[in-house]
Formats: sequence, C-alpha cells, structure tokens
Amino acid sequence: MALSASKLKVGETHTARLVEDLKRTQIVQYAGASGDYNPLHTDEIFTTKVAGYPSVFAHGMLTMGMTGKMLTDYVGDARLTKYGVRFTSQVWPGDTLDSSATLKEIKDEGGQKIGVFDVSTKNQDGVEVVSGYAEARLDP
Amino acid sequence: MTAKTFPVEASHILMFARSVGDENPVYTDPEAAKKTEAGGIIAPPTFAQASAQFDPDYFLRPKAGQAWFGSGKNPTGAQPRSGGGGGGGGGGGGGLHAEQHFEYHRHLRPGDVLTAEVKPGKTWEREGRRSGKLVFSESITEYRDQKGELVITARGVGVRTERPVDAR
Repeated sequence: MALSASKLKVGETHTARLVEDLKRTQIVQYAGASGDYNPLHTDEIFTTKVAGYPSVFAHGMLTMGMTGKMLTDYVGDARLTKYGVRFTSQVWPGDTLDSSATLKEIKDEGGQKIGVFDVSTKNQDGVEVVSGYAEARLDP
Repeated sequence: MTAKTFPVEASHILMFARSVGDENPVYTDPEAAKKTEAGGIIAPPTFAQASAQFDPDYFLRPKAGQAWFGSGKNPTGAQPRSGGGGGGGGGGGGGLHAEQHFEYHRHLRPGDVLTAEVKPGKTWEREGRRSGKLVFSESITEYRDQKGELVITARGVGVRTERPVDAR
C-alpha cells in the first residue's frame, strides 16, 4: 500500500476520479458532518436571491476532503505529513472532478524519505478547482 | 475556531468519511483498521475542520431562538454574524474559504480529546479579476491532544469579495 522511494520517479502522476455529477445531497451530507452550515452550500433561495450566486456550491473543504481520499489511497493510511490547497474555482452541483498527485521531489528528513507532490483537482471543463501540495512518508 | 475541547469520536469519523465519499475501512472498521499500518481507526486528513461542531458560538450553525441568515419560506433578511478570519469554516458570512493547509504531527484517533488554540495571522488585499477588491485574512489553529502535544497545525485563509464570484 505504501509507496517506496526507490520505485518512484520524479514527474510521475497518480490520478483518480473523485466524483461524478456531484449531488446536492452530498453537499448537505458534508455540511452535517463538518458542522459548516453556511447556507451558501445548501439553501438555494438564500444563495440565488440574497447572495447573488447562480446556485448553491460545494464547500471548498468538501473538495479538499475528496482530494484527500485520492492522496491517502495513493500514499497509504497515516502517511501524510503535510497537505494544503488553494481553492481556485468553485465546485457546483453536477460537477465531475478528477484529481492528480505528481511527484515533485523526494527529500530526506533525518533518514526518512518524504515524497513531495503537486496536487490538482479539475472539473469536467478542465478548470482547476483546487491547487495544492502534499508531503508523505515513503518507504525506502 | 474556538472549540474548548474537541472529542474525536468514531461515529463522527464515520459520518465525515462518508460525506467526502471515502469508504476506506481504516475510518470505520476497527478490525480492518487494526490490520493496516495505522494500527486502528484514524481520522481522514481534513477531519480537524469538523471541530466547528464543538465551538459553542460557531457562527455558521443556526441556533435555537436566534436569527439565522438562511431562508425559511422566504429570505429572512437577517445578516450573518461576522466570523473569524480564515480559520474554521473558511470565510463564512459574506466571505469564502481561499486556502487551507494542514501539518500532521500525527493522525487523529477516536478517543483523542483536542484543544484548539487560534492565532491570528496576516491580512492582505489584492484586486481580483472576477470579484473586485479581495481582502484576505489568515488564522492559525494549533490542535493539541490530551497530553498537551501538538498533533495538527492548521492554517486557513478566508477572503471577502466586493461582489459574488461568478465562475459559471
């Protein structure tokens, strides 16, 4: 499951589909689990009539959470040491998201190999919605 | 995010993992998780964000007897209370979540009882392409466990925009 530094090549990419046709119900589910009940994510009347958006949209943290699944499926359980993102575009109900992690470098921290990855999640139009990085402990 | 204590519970981890579409048994099945490198159930990497549940004053949760800015039959006209900067639920209120960063000193497990200390970070401005002037504010949250050890450092950036970001 875990990645081995000796078998990885800088520049290699892992990709995964995060979600197809994102459902409003999943956004509600994330609101309930995370405790972030901002009506921009679940309340169409507020979001369109008061806030002026075309529709409700996903929590950035939902996209970060789904992107996190791509990472942990790839690097292994409990292996992440850093994970950070910028939310570069909104994610709307109906979006289909694909995510990738590209190995940027392997560094050595006191004998522990650490993989540094560029992370990117894009929607069905190729627009990047999350741009970030992750670092994970690797086997030798 | 000013949760006094944030008890990490197995059922909460299960609900959170499901909500991000992650069915990895390391988050839900104690027996299966025992056989993994994690050695037991752990929380998914963005779980610390759910500490909002334990903040008694969290401004993005409706509270009994208080005005709420989300709609009922119609818009209520209530104004969102302004929240902190970029910490917790992102920008909140009229703002949005711009960035989120986590540093894991170890991964969370059911039974951990965390305390969160929030430190304000920088604020800065820039002109946005789609939404007018953007005001960014950063906050840093240090999550410590029941032994006082630092387990997760989170840095959030919220942004307030002059007008809605219409990316459609």
